[in-house]
Amino acid sequence: MEKTQNNKAWFLVLPVLVLVAFSAILPLMTVVNYAFNDTFGNNEFFWAGLDWFEDQITSDRLHDALGRQILFSLIILAIEVPLGIFIALNMPKSGFWASFCLVLMALPLLIPFNVVGTIWQIFGRVDIGLLGHTLAALGIDYNYTNDPLDAWITVVIMDVWHWTSLVALLCYAGLQSIPQAYYQAAKIDQATRWSVFRYIELPKMKGVLLIAVLLRFMDSFMIYTEPFVLTGGGPGNSTTFLSIDLAKMATGQFDLGPAAAFSIMYFLVILLISWVFYTAMTNLDREENR
Amino acid sequence: MRIRSSAIVMTVYLMFLLIPIYWLINMSLKTNTEITSTFTLWPQNFTLQNYVTILTDPSWYMGYVNSLIYVTMNVVISLTVALPAAYAFSRYNFMGDKHLFFWLLTNRMAPPAVFALPFFQLYSSVGLFDTHIAIALAHCLFNVPLAVWILEGFMRGVPKEIDETAYIDGYSFGRFFVRIFMPLIASGIGVAAFFCFMFSWVELLLSRTLATVNAKSIAATMTRTVSASGMDWGVLAAAGVLTLVPGALVIYFVRNYIAKGFALGRV
Repeated sequence: MEKTQNNKAWFLVLPVLVLVAFSAILPLMTVVNYAFNDTFGNNEFFWAGLDWFEDQITSDRLHDALGRQILFSLIILAIEVPLGIFIALNMPKSGFWASFCLVLMALPLLIPFNVVGTIWQIFGRVDIGLLGHTLAALGIDYNYTNDPLDAWITVVIMDVWHWTSLVALLCYAGLQSIPQAYYQAAKIDQATRWSVFRYIELPKMKGVLLIAVLLRFMDSFMIYTEPFVLTGGGPGNSTTFLSIDLAKMATGQFDLGPAAAFSIMYFLVILLISWVFYTAMTNLDREENR
Repeated sequence: MRIRSSAIVMTVYLMFLLIPIYWLINMSLKTNTEITSTFTLWPQNFTLQNYVTILTDPSWYMGYVNSLIYVTMNVVISLTVALPAAYAFSRYNFMGDKHLFFWLLTNRMAPPAVFALPFFQLYSSVGLFDTHIAIALAHCLFNVPLAVWILEGFMRGVPKEIDETAYIDGYSFGRFFVRIFMPLIASGIGVAAFFCFMFSWVELLLSRTLATVNAKSIAATMTRTVSASGMDWGVLAAAGVLTLVPGALVIYFVRNYIAKGFALGRV
């Protein structure tokens, strides 16, 4: 759509600006303040320069959490994206069963994050859970509260359970927008199932897939509640991801300076990644409108 | 043959989604003795006692009331400010619009953990700590950008000629917006409201940080169920089941728009 140039539109945006400034910029300034100062209470602050940043950049704790975080996000994407596409391709195209599947698939997405943790806690425990009990009955030594590997597998499966439907729903919406004529043309050309997927369906899903990857990457990168409820970051530190580590540091130990420096770096990374995706998204929009 | 294989895939996938939920419901209908002492696939001593506990104990059911209050406040605030802004983004080019739009997106992507502590201090210093409005405002951080994005996506689909015709007919901007434009994007408003509701409802970290007693959310209440006699699994499961209800109720009405909402209005 052609848009008109009108700077008065700022007045319409102003309420959002004020509100988000209050809830984003003001708190962020507090963080910046803490990041460069040291305090011994009584609201006395001493300039600390970049000390906290150096402290954090060289800290093993941060490196470990970051490493776990990246590994986790990559595993999640590698499982959820292909699986989501596969599910979307197998969904009924229309009618009662399409709605039926849509509603059931959306269900996990709308469960409060901490309840997702609770569900998997109850499901996975060896003493009371169906999963844990079944595995134990099969003779598999499984205990997510003691064994780091089991904890990891449980957290990953929980995330796949929680969010694969999102990728599938987005891909499904993308598939629905492909005109029937494309498939008919492919049939006349005697295209194989694979080439239909590769040259018709995949290019048409490009836009929604980009959004799916963006959302999944970002949300898994700041995952907090689900592993916090399920494992509490343990056993040991094996499932302590960035947000859990940060929350421990800030609200558990009240190490304000390091936590603030950590926050700023965390936020900058997120900003950078968002920008890359946003640029890719707007470029795609422009290509399509051409 | 193809239909059959895809039906199998869907059945397996839906089973995978539903079995953990079934297990939660199963747990909520058992007594604690049955949960800890025996392993049963369905409740042997069917009981509603866990639900009764929650619905009669104020420290439990006030959690739901508090959550509903701040969620509702948040939805109202988010939509009120997001509607005009989304209109501006969908209709006009103005100075810095692209940067502003991107900045809004970054707030949707910002980790709540970064904001937890500053929020705590900000709201304590202005005397809003442990109030519903504090949590509602804090959740605006990610819900306002979300609402703007979703609404903008829906507003794009409304042809501009409608605006112009209304002006020629002598409608003022305010009247045009409320009487003509808002009914046209009613489904979009519904979807945005739904998503604001959900994301505020499912959030734990900020609501737990910002409230201790008076505005304590159900999510925060659920993190403390260790009683003197150990974990109270039955009540915990029942509380979990009750949090599913609002989502399950509204999901049916927005089923055809869910994907569009999750895609930030860009399908």
